[in-house]
Amino acid sequence: MNKDTVTESLPAEEESPEVLAPTEENYIAVKDYNFWYGKAKVLHDLNMEMPKQRVTALIGPSGCGKSTLLRNFNRMNDLVIEAHHKGDITIGGHSIYDPLIEVISLRKRIGMVFQKSNPFPKSIYENVVYSLRVAGKNKKSLLDEVAEKSLRAAALWDEVKDRLGESAFSLSGGQMQRLCIARAIANEPEVILMDEPCSALDPVATAKVEELINELKQKYTIVIVTHNMQQAARVSDKTAFFFLGKLIEYNDTKEIFLNPQNEQTEAYVSGRFG
Amino acid sequence: MKDLAQQKQVRVKGEIAVWFSSLGLALGLVMIVALLGIIAYNGISVFWPKRVVQLELDTSKVEGLGNRSAIAGVITSQQNKSGNKSLTNPTEPVEEWQLFVGNKDQFGFSYKYFDQSAIQEVSQPEGLLILERAEYGNAIAYPVSITYANGDTVLADDPHFKSSLKALIQECHDRREKIRDLEYNEIGAINKELESLRLEQLKIERKSELTDSDRESLSRIENDRTRFESSFETLAAQARGLREHQESSKLLYRLASGEEVTLSIGNIYSFYYPNQLGFFGRVSIFVKHIVGFLIDEPREANTEGGVFPAIFGTFVMTLLMSIAVTPFGVLAAIYLREYANDGFFVRSVRIAINNLAGVPSIVFGVFGLGFFVYFVGGTIDQLFFSLKLPTPTFGTGGIIWASLTLALMTVPVVIVAAEEALASVSRGIRESSLACGASKWQTIQRVVLPASAPGILTGMILAMARGAGEVAPLMLVGVVKIAPSLPIDDQFPFIHFERKFMHLGFHIYDLGFQSPDSEASMPMVFATTLLLIVLIVMLNLVAIMIRNRLRRKYKTATF
Repeated sequence: MNKDTVTESLPAEEESPEVLAPTEENYIAVKDYNFWYGKAKVLHDLNMEMPKQRVTALIGPSGCGKSTLLRNFNRMNDLVIEAHHKGDITIGGHSIYDPLIEVISLRKRIGMVFQKSNPFPKSIYENVVYSLRVAGKNKKSLLDEVAEKSLRAAALWDEVKDRLGESAFSLSGGQMQRLCIARAIANEPEVILMDEPCSALDPVATAKVEELINELKQKYTIVIVTHNMQQAARVSDKTAFFFLGKLIEYNDTKEIFLNPQNEQTEAYVSGRFG
Repeated sequence: MKDLAQQKQVRVKGEIAVWFSSLGLALGLVMIVALLGIIAYNGISVFWPKRVVQLELDTSKVEGLGNRSAIAGVITSQQNKSGNKSLTNPTEPVEEWQLFVGNKDQFGFSYKYFDQSAIQEVSQPEGLLILERAEYGNAIAYPVSITYANGDTVLADDPHFKSSLKALIQECHDRREKIRDLEYNEIGAINKELESLRLEQLKIERKSELTDSDRESLSRIENDRTRFESSFETLAAQARGLREHQESSKLLYRLASGEEVTLSIGNIYSFYYPNQLGFFGRVSIFVKHIVGFLIDEPREANTEGGVFPAIFGTFVMTLLMSIAVTPFGVLAAIYLREYANDGFFVRSVRIAINNLAGVPSIVFGVFGLGFFVYFVGGTIDQLFFSLKLPTPTFGTGGIIWASLTLALMTVPVVIVAAEEALASVSRGIRESSLACGASKWQTIQRVVLPASAPGILTGMILAMARGAGEVAPLMLVGVVKIAPSLPIDDQFPFIHFERKFMHLGFHIYDLGFQSPDSEASMPMVFATTLLLIVLIVMLNLVAIMIRNRLRRKYKTATF
């Protein structure tokens, strides 16, 4: 099955012999990428580049492969038996499939926020510092610092600072999702993947998360999958439209929504289909 | 209209199914309530002090009593006689009474049936006394007098009679405790020393050549032994003296049928006048009986006295079993659910586990005897206790082997429950953990196991319920009718895994089917059954409370 181990990877300089000079524009690069679940091909010949410290939105109807692509960035699909791929994805110039990179160290560099907020059955504090704990960092002063910083960054600190020891399940749905965001950024990742982070939230909580995304892109490269067109328009800098596993159109968000080149894209973003 | 008619029909069909299914539930409930009710009623009424009646009998119509024309006893049942009908009118039922008449030393029996026609008069004399004795069960009689060691006597109608008798019984009770202390602790300690001297001597003697220092230690051992033996003699003499003292004062009592009996006070545990008791007096005797049942040791081949060693043995065994079975079952479940690829092998393992739950428990007993007791225990004896051989230490039934055998028997229950609990932990929570850079084992250990802890505890509760009530396999691997000592006590090393133990389930079997007087032991069977059920319920309640606390702590997300 998967090859998870706890060994640390080599330092970045020695990881790959052929380091491409990453530029701001192709921080994440998908090259001739195909992906199968068993015999079903779900991604077809994808080529795209995502800029650093920007928000890239992936949109498209259900089953178009956008979530699959997102889950491939941190190799979450390794867990699915019989999943396989062709082509390559690089992040910061390093291939994620480089045999010298451990999956675990890859995932430490990439935070992920899921559709359902799924806090661990632990206290709020322990949820936030989980990624440090599993990395073997247990120094109290460090954990306290990271917990406060992450919760502040996730705009949750003021609401929970007096009840850090309480169960994470005592939070409201929106707070839980922001807690998951705090958990994803605690380890100072380079990239944050968001899989429909607001689909289970009410409009007020959604607005808060969107505001947060705008703040976070100062520091992190964000890829977000969303079904909500307005959301994509509000938060993202670039938008990619997928249909049936193919990348139909990819451009600046403004262009996609105001001046789509493709008929299907136009139909979808204007709400006539999908 | 047609649609409506069809709908109506469907609805009616459903209602029949509701009635039908509720009938099933009702039937089950009735059976359970009836069973528990019978056990609870009979189990509790054992302790309630009943009135004693005196019957005046027509001697020509009673057999087996000689020419005794009066007898006292407690009515235990009144029923229509089966078989022998009345001679004059064969269709008319004959009522017969069963009495607990006690005084087994005089009559040779303690229960007797009397035809109603033989009973001429029934009365409840206030002077009747019930004596709990060390031998032959209870006596029911009229007290006559107490004779002290110095020859003084107190007659039964003396106003100080009750208090004098009470004081004497208390005195004997204290002396009995002293004797017990002497024999169990002091003499026991000397025996232990003598045993270790014997082993030391054996160790030296088994050497092929004796050195000077060996000879020296041999003579030292001999010296020590004489010293210990002489102090043993002193203590034994002390105990003998105390025992003789127990016989010094006597109680004289007269049976309803006229015989007079002298009994030394040392043989009496307690007494009460059943027909003089008011409601509160009866309640206090009732409570005294229950407390005695719970904390005393059994007497007279377990038919009298308490069941404390059996309660303790059951408790310790169930605890040890749970400690053994839970990690074992959970680890197996983790491998099956989290790591193993779902192939032919895993499927066969699952089928084997499910079938293991259906293997008769006696088979586990035989396996435990062969594997744990003879093989593992025998090997331990050879390696660590070879000097004591051929007397086995671990190579014979013991509480550890009984617990492990039951753990093996209940492990399928835990595996199945734990697997289900692991499977119910959502995929999202696992992926979140992996996305944080946790390895698979870290995910299982830090997220999946805490989240599935309540379900795993459910498995443990089921295993405990099954294991605590099991008897058959235990008979092969360590349960005994009477254990001289408890598996946990104040002697080093405090927990004695190799000791044999008593168990409530086996106690029930032994009393009900192996005792010489099944009539006399029946009340104890009911009381012990009730106690076993209460003990299991209590163990389960504790586990359920722990589970609920965990549930509150780890309750899953609301959406």
